Amino acid sequence: MNPKQAPRELLTPGADGRFGEFGGRFVPETLVPACEELESAFNEAWSDSLFRTELDDLLREYAGRPSILTECHNLGAQLGIRLILKREDLNHTGSHKINSVLGQALLAKRMGKKRIIAETGAGQHGVASATAAALLGLECKVYMGAVDIERQSLNVFRMKLLGAKVEAANSGSRTLKDAVNEAMRDWVASVETSYYCIGSVMGPHPYPFMVRQFQSVIGKEARKQFQEMCDGSDPNIVVACVGGGSNAMGIFSGFVDADTRLVGVEPAGGAAVGRGTPGVVHGMKSYLMQDEYGQVQEAHSISAGLDYPGVGPEHSYLASVGRAEYPSVNDQEVIEGFKLLARAEGIIPALECAHAVAWIAKEAPKIQGQTVLMNLSGRGDKDVAQMMTILGDSLS
Amino acid sequence: MKFAEHEPGALETRLRQMRDSDRKILVPYITGGLTGWIDAIRGAAANGADAIEIGIPFSDPVMDGPIIQMASERALRDGATPISILHELRGVDVSIPLIVMCYYNTVYRAGHTRFANSLREAGVVAAIVPDLPLEESAHWCESADSSGIETVMLAAPTAPDERLPRVVDRARGFVYAVGLLGVTGERTELATTAVAMATRLKKITDMPVLVGVGVSNAAQAQQACVVADGVIQGASVVRRLLDEGADSVAQYVGEVRAAIDSPVSSNR
Repeated sequence: MNPKQAPRELLTPGADGRFGEFGGRFVPETLVPACEELESAFNEAWSDSLFRTELDDLLREYAGRPSILTECHNLGAQLGIRLILKREDLNHTGSHKINSVLGQALLAKRMGKKRIIAETGAGQHGVASATAAALLGLECKVYMGAVDIERQSLNVFRMKLLGAKVEAANSGSRTLKDAVNEAMRDWVASVETSYYCIGSVMGPHPYPFMVRQFQSVIGKEARKQFQEMCDGSDPNIVVACVGGGSNAMGIFSGFVDADTRLVGVEPAGGAAVGRGTPGVVHGMKSYLMQDEYGQVQEAHSISAGLDYPGVGPEHSYLASVGRAEYPSVNDQEVIEGFKLLARAEGIIPALECAHAVAWIAKEAPKIQGQTVLMNLSGRGDKDVAQMMTILGDSLS
Repeated sequence: MKFAEHEPGALETRLRQMRDSDRKILVPYITGGLTGWIDAIRGAAANGADAIEIGIPFSDPVMDGPIIQMASERALRDGATPISILHELRGVDVSIPLIVMCYYNTVYRAGHTRFANSLREAGVVAAIVPDLPLEESAHWCESADSSGIETVMLAAPTAPDERLPRVVDRARGFVYAVGLLGVTGERTELATTAVAMATRLKKITDMPVLVGVGVSNAAQAQQACVVADGVIQGASVVRRLLDEGADSVAQYVGEVRAAIDSPVSSNR
């Protein structure tokens, strides 16, 4: 479809939880009443000004919102574009995850739940969940793939320091997908007392919609800030990395109705939209890396946060109607992107965001003179140990 | 209690007859593609199983605990596919009904009609799709109904009273009462929810009601059968197949059969 003719509005899914043909609620019968309860609790809370004020106060006074925009003068000049970053890396806990987690933890309390469950890949959502749980007095259990526990040990320690219990997922690929499986199994058993705090715009309805709403603060702020910075104009391109896709949905949501190219960058080894086919896992119908029999394939990415074979259903929808595009970059390009932003701007990005940097650097010759807004969804501190191993003595 | 309005299929007719003649129904679950699985089906059938539930292994079985997860991983590693499992089933010479349990992506990927037809061609009479709840089930049920495959619906302890009749209405074959809040696996005691769930269901339907998930040994099966029309046993069967082989499954099914055939004494 011609991108010019693609729909320009944000969808609100109906009772069937669909974005076009994607989404839905493919969960065990045990969880259906919990999803229905959550849907009405969220809708009530979202239209309750007291809840919104409480959340806004927390986002401002605790998370440090609004996050700023930073223009990359050096890298922009080097690449021949105007490059501006939305600095979600400067939020408390170091990523955009806190936006949704504060909302979900407030909602959990409002619903009378005493315990939250979360899955995590890179550990950013786990840390954010543990943080919100500590702040709001909730018990917190985080499931994390055994492989990820190994490569993100700093975040594991952070979660423990914050009082959360971290449980290794030892099945399958022992990464994010398996952490989601374990979290869902916990939820099936503990549904009456526990709230499942999903880390991305994925899972059964209403999660993809709800998490997008909580993350839409990124897009709302960014649109306004960008217009103030750039004489009332919108960016030519908005870029974000995509694993499950919550930071991308957060910033895209502010620009879906603008005359702006939306680009979600996937890892080559986890390109659900780019290389997947429609399938159903983790409660949703969406693009999925799978074999001919529907077995979900293991993703392989240098960044634990994007090591996921699926993607949020709204991204599948945006891709299917041609409103957003989903190119991918490989691990080597990501490493270069990671170094590039650090050297040019003095900002060490999370490996997840280095995917967006890598795509911009690669695309630069084709987009000379354009304005590019990139969501810098997290900082790279957590990745430094891993990069030290990879880069070793190669830095001079 | 409400009488079912649909025409009972082969499985339901058979289970109703058993229920009406006071025979408690025993359905062991066996992971397809696991070493010895065909022998385990034969052994179970010869030792008192009334139907067999065959699990098609899936990469992400969210309703399953450690034992069935391990069995699924092992079967997949050994190259099992839905096609290889259904192909092998065609050659199984047992006279009891065969039911398939699979996660929805297996069905979706194959295509509803194609999958339903492939079940029928393999001699399977019913399907259980644990991550396809009522609200998402219409397309599959339509294909299954027209291929003569009975879709068993699960009823969970979390369902409010107004929901249960809707689930039961769509159920074919029997109603699967989920025995506890949790995934499949062995527990030391039968959860109180197991009998409670069977009681709730028996009040609203004349279909056979079988309890599964967390029915872990012969004594627990006997306890569940005080109210339920029968039981489904998964992890306790699969663990025996994994650890000891098909003969152990046959022996275990015989033990459970004997237990549910002798009612719980009233002075206990």
